[in-house]
Amino acid sequence: MKIKLLLATLLTVSSLGVFAETPAEKGLRIAKAADLSDQGFSDFTANMVMTLKNRAGKTSRRIIRIKTLEGKGDGDKSLSLFDEPADVKGTAMLTFSHGLKPDDQWLYLPALKRVKRINSKNKSGPFMGSEFAFEDLGSQEVEKFTYNYLKEEPCGNGMKCHVIERIPAYKYSGYTKQVTWIDTQAYRPVKVMYYDRKNSLLKTLNATGFKQYAGKHWRPALMAMQNHQTGKSTTLEWTNYKFKTGLSKRDFNKKSLAR
Amino acid sequence: MALKNQHLFNKCFGGNLSLSVKRLAVSIAALAFTSTVTAAELSGNVAVEGRLFTTDPAYEKQAESGGVSLSFLPEFKHKWDNEDQQFTFTPFYRWDENDDERTHGDIRQLDYLVSKGDWEYQLGISKKFWGVTESQHLVDIINQTDGVEGIDGEDKLGQPMFRVSRLTDTGSVDFFVLPYFRERTFSGVNGRFRSPLVVDTDAATYESASEDKHIDYAVRWSESLDEFDFGVHLFDGTSRDPDLRIGQKNGEAVLVPHYPLITQLGLDLQYTGEAIIWKLEAIHRKRKGDDYSAAVGGFEYTLPAISESGAELGLLAEYHRDSRGEVANAPFQNDLFFGARLALNDEDSSELLAGAFVDLDNSSKSLRLEASRRIGNGMKLNIEGQVFTDVDENDPFYTFSKDDYIQVELEKFF
Repeated sequence: MKIKLLLATLLTVSSLGVFAETPAEKGLRIAKAADLSDQGFSDFTANMVMTLKNRAGKTSRRIIRIKTLEGKGDGDKSLSLFDEPADVKGTAMLTFSHGLKPDDQWLYLPALKRVKRINSKNKSGPFMGSEFAFEDLGSQEVEKFTYNYLKEEPCGNGMKCHVIERIPAYKYSGYTKQVTWIDTQAYRPVKVMYYDRKNSLLKTLNATGFKQYAGKHWRPALMAMQNHQTGKSTTLEWTNYKFKTGLSKRDFNKKSLAR
Repeated sequence: MALKNQHLFNKCFGGNLSLSVKRLAVSIAALAFTSTVTAAELSGNVAVEGRLFTTDPAYEKQAESGGVSLSFLPEFKHKWDNEDQQFTFTPFYRWDENDDERTHGDIRQLDYLVSKGDWEYQLGISKKFWGVTESQHLVDIINQTDGVEGIDGEDKLGQPMFRVSRLTDTGSVDFFVLPYFRERTFSGVNGRFRSPLVVDTDAATYESASEDKHIDYAVRWSESLDEFDFGVHLFDGTSRDPDLRIGQKNGEAVLVPHYPLITQLGLDLQYTGEAIIWKLEAIHRKRKGDDYSAAVGGFEYTLPAISESGAELGLLAEYHRDSRGEVANAPFQNDLFFGARLALNDEDSSELLAGAFVDLDNSSKSLRLEASRRIGNGMKLNIEGQVFTDVDENDPFYTFSKDDYIQVELEKFF
């Protein structure tokens, strides 16, 4: 794959000259631009209601509060506080995301008052039994993927989207690739299609209800993940977004898990 | 605060709440309610538990086949000042059909916590967990074990404390002043999981002349550096592990707990790789005329995903060592624990942990199983069981060798 890509790159460069951009370069450039467009958020907090729906239509709910601190020179730090279901109330998860290096993650178990460092091998595993894997919800650092620009196409509501294929560069991903739709105007990620290890379509994520916060940062109100293989689905409803709330590193100390 | 509650603690373990204790409990609860006003959050759980013992008891008066038990653990929490200040009240009560000593109450938490900048202060009754290993919690010394709750030693009694913590960039330094000592709880005459002699908890003795009012101190420094998490602690005070001495009560032989003064230096260390986690806990404990060291270390290896379902299987192995060798106080002196943890990662958070302890000196074995899953929204089913086989008569677990059991607990969370 890499050799092919390299060959393609060499061929393109030699035939079109140094000013032409390969699909890999264009994909990376847009990913970087999208990342840059969201830089400077400092921190944000939000509430998340996660609704799981099985094939028979039966639903169950999780309620989680999220706090995120923007990383400077490294990935973001985030704290997830679980309110529902009642048996996990008080559970908390602290994540320091990195680029290619595995994320650092600690779990707080309130019954034992135990802070437990956990490994991040199970990235592909479902988050709380939902259709979202841990890797889908983690911080999407640019370095975590290699990119391949596919095309530009309309993507609803009069928007135009860059369609970019991205391939996880980190270990233990459950995906061979993801195809992402990012709108050309504000770099909002409106859709992602996930391909499993056998390279068949597994899930589609649609993000809607984008709103701009602090004059710059776009966030969706609803994220809907549909699993095509099992018929199950999960929605995330985001409310109460607050930016630049003054969070600092000390709010993401291991101690903060128990508060 | 410690002195005020001393009476309550002493009485709760007798299993019968006297009037004055009731009044005290009511006034504490009232305090909780008034200070939490309207913004108080109430949560917690109520549980029913059934235990079945598969063999006849080893000793007279022990319950025949098992029994039913009910427990109640509400939590009142109030946070204010942008969550920088909080008040928590968590009483606990258990009623047990057979064992009067297991019928008991405790204040798991009644404390005030404030965090300002890089400092955190905590005053009241609370619980602190230290450590990394799974099969034994060697460095976990702040709280006393609530021995009647379960045989794994993971249930703890609330400890009166004043804590000051200084946050560092990647960890913290915690200072503890522990002004009151909690006695360990033991099964009563009708309970299982005891030796032929019953422990007389009313007659406990102490090395310290101030007995349970001896003030203990502890300090722990912990940091996370890349893949490493470590903690180093120093504890100076009354040992949480009593010596059990033979005594008399009403003309009958009993065991009398004696709590010595100790100084303990300890380390907990974890390396978290992507698939493998290495863990180590080690202590060195000093007491009058006696020094010893103990350690537990091992790994947890996560296997590649079993299927597309996201189920996860981990293998664990931990080795236990104690320089004292085979003595009553040290069940894990040259023992191996190995086990498997299965997490289905399904909607109901179904989990299973199965493991075995093997004593490498006398080949005593014990198999343990723990399983849990959520039922609907707000209920949880927990199943646990343990089987003791080939237990050598010199092994501390020998007295439990007729106590193979299976326990089913249904918890309702609110």
